[in-house]
Amino acid sequence: MREPTQWLGLAFITPSFILIGVFFLLPLAMTVWMSFHNWPLLGRASFIGLENYQELLGDQQLWRSIGFTALYTVLVTAALFAVSFPLALLVDKPLRAAGLFRTVYFLPVVIGFGAASTLWLWLLNPDSGVFARLLSDLGLVQSAPRPLENFWPALGVIILMVVWKSAGFSMVILLTGLQSVPSELMEAAKIDGANAWNRFRRITLPLMRNSILLVLVLNVTSSMLAFDQFFIITQGGPQNSTISAVFSIFLASFTSYRLGYGAALSLVLLVVLVAISSIQLAFLRTRPEES
Amino acid sequence: MSQAIHDSEGAAWWKTVLLHLAWILAALFFLAPMVWSVANSFKPAAAALADPVSLFSEAFSLENYRRLEHVGAGWHVYAGNSVMVALGTVLLTVGVAVPAGYGFSKFRFPGQTVLFVVTMATLMIPFQSILTPLFLVLKFLKLQNSLLGLVLIYATFQLPFSIFMMRNAFDAVPKALIEAARIDGASQWTILRRIMVPIALPGVATVALFAFLNSWNEFLAALIFLSDQNKFTLPIMLVNVSSGIFGIIDWGALQAGVTVTMIPCLVLFLLLQRYYVRGLTAGAVK
Repeated sequence: MREPTQWLGLAFITPSFILIGVFFLLPLAMTVWMSFHNWPLLGRASFIGLENYQELLGDQQLWRSIGFTALYTVLVTAALFAVSFPLALLVDKPLRAAGLFRTVYFLPVVIGFGAASTLWLWLLNPDSGVFARLLSDLGLVQSAPRPLENFWPALGVIILMVVWKSAGFSMVILLTGLQSVPSELMEAAKIDGANAWNRFRRITLPLMRNSILLVLVLNVTSSMLAFDQFFIITQGGPQNSTISAVFSIFLASFTSYRLGYGAALSLVLLVVLVAISSIQLAFLRTRPEES
Repeated sequence: MSQAIHDSEGAAWWKTVLLHLAWILAALFFLAPMVWSVANSFKPAAAALADPVSLFSEAFSLENYRRLEHVGAGWHVYAGNSVMVALGTVLLTVGVAVPAGYGFSKFRFPGQTVLFVVTMATLMIPFQSILTPLFLVLKFLKLQNSLLGLVLIYATFQLPFSIFMMRNAFDAVPKALIEAARIDGASQWTILRRIMVPIALPGVATVALFAFLNSWNEFLAALIFLSDQNKFTLPIMLVNVSSGIFGIIDWGALQAGVTVTMIPCLVLFLLLQRYYVRGLTAGAVK
């Protein structure tokens, strides 16, 4: 049956496209345009061709921050998976209590990264923080540890904080995957004498392929955009070793006010992110039986 | 035989004990940081320094919250700004995404598919990567350093998820119902208001909840676009407290600030958990 007023639909979506046009499409196009310019905050922009990109190739601090972001992304994605998968198995029980604990594990997800980072800054501080006090009360350390003063301990506590903050999110997605495994299939395998490990490996894991991939996609892309925890907890230190990719865009555009260079950095980050999500989405689209 | 049954009962009992133990240990990990922070926010400074680990102090005190009143413009101002930004984002997101979802779901018009793909593409391109030009756009519109500017940006980046949610919500409304209303002489507006919106209401709740939480918690854009002390939102206030004055951080005030910032999110989530999970699974099956 034909709808009487087709064009009315366009009217309904117009407001959303005014917003998307002005605050998404326009700045997206401007990023490209700006990246070919020397663009100070005040004063005139001048066209400099590919100079920003040439500078970018030789910018050691930038490559260091890209390397750091990649390392952080790999470690945090692995840590989140290692914690959230057992959690999902733990709460995948048809019991009231399981639902209650599910909610508890999810709670840190809904508070912001800003608040979570300042909260952990206190937990970790050597003077009045709980960690230092607990460790020395238990007799594990002689003097209060200062994890933020060295690279690996700093990265370690950031990863711990992110696991605390977002494991609940990955848990819920993995749980939807776990619950999509038909129980008849499990019962049949049980009757056929498959033990718990084989049932998990041969039935649960293959059927959970999509939710596992989804968790990895979401954690990889969000880790590559990490900023708050490095700005607030490590402040990029020690010795600029924890400056993430978004942090270096922030520094170029809003501390040095070199907007053109910041735009070039943004464009590189954007291309990498879109490439990663497309590859992962392509994986998601292929059905298990095709691969 | 009875021994065997006894053994398997024993095994089941142990399994239950271990399960509960694991549940509780994990719960301690996720709850403890928040509980410690809230508990310490109500301790006088000396008591918090002497023993940050204990949950209760004999001297219950609101002095941390009083000191937070003297941070910059005072935490009431920052909480007020956060409330305005979050409610503004909720209103704008719902006001724009509900008609858009309706338009995409119930109408056929040229260019529809392309426009929908463009909307969804916003999901793949994070706003962090277009912050630099966004700053210039806001400056051009004279909206830099303004809460309204922040609302416009937050709402725009809520749109792909929200329009997707609303389109799905409207797709669930049976066509026969609309035809019947139309035959009875109802206008488009009446159909939207009387039939569509009530059925799509749970979707609206989900969209509103995510818009609130995301704008309440957002840090980077607020940090860049707000420069006037009186305009800061709560996360920016927290960073200012945490960077300290002459290298000295007022941990008590910081914890009071963290408590004020996170409690509304926790309460909203616990009250509206059903709608939150709905949004999460919609995103997951997409």
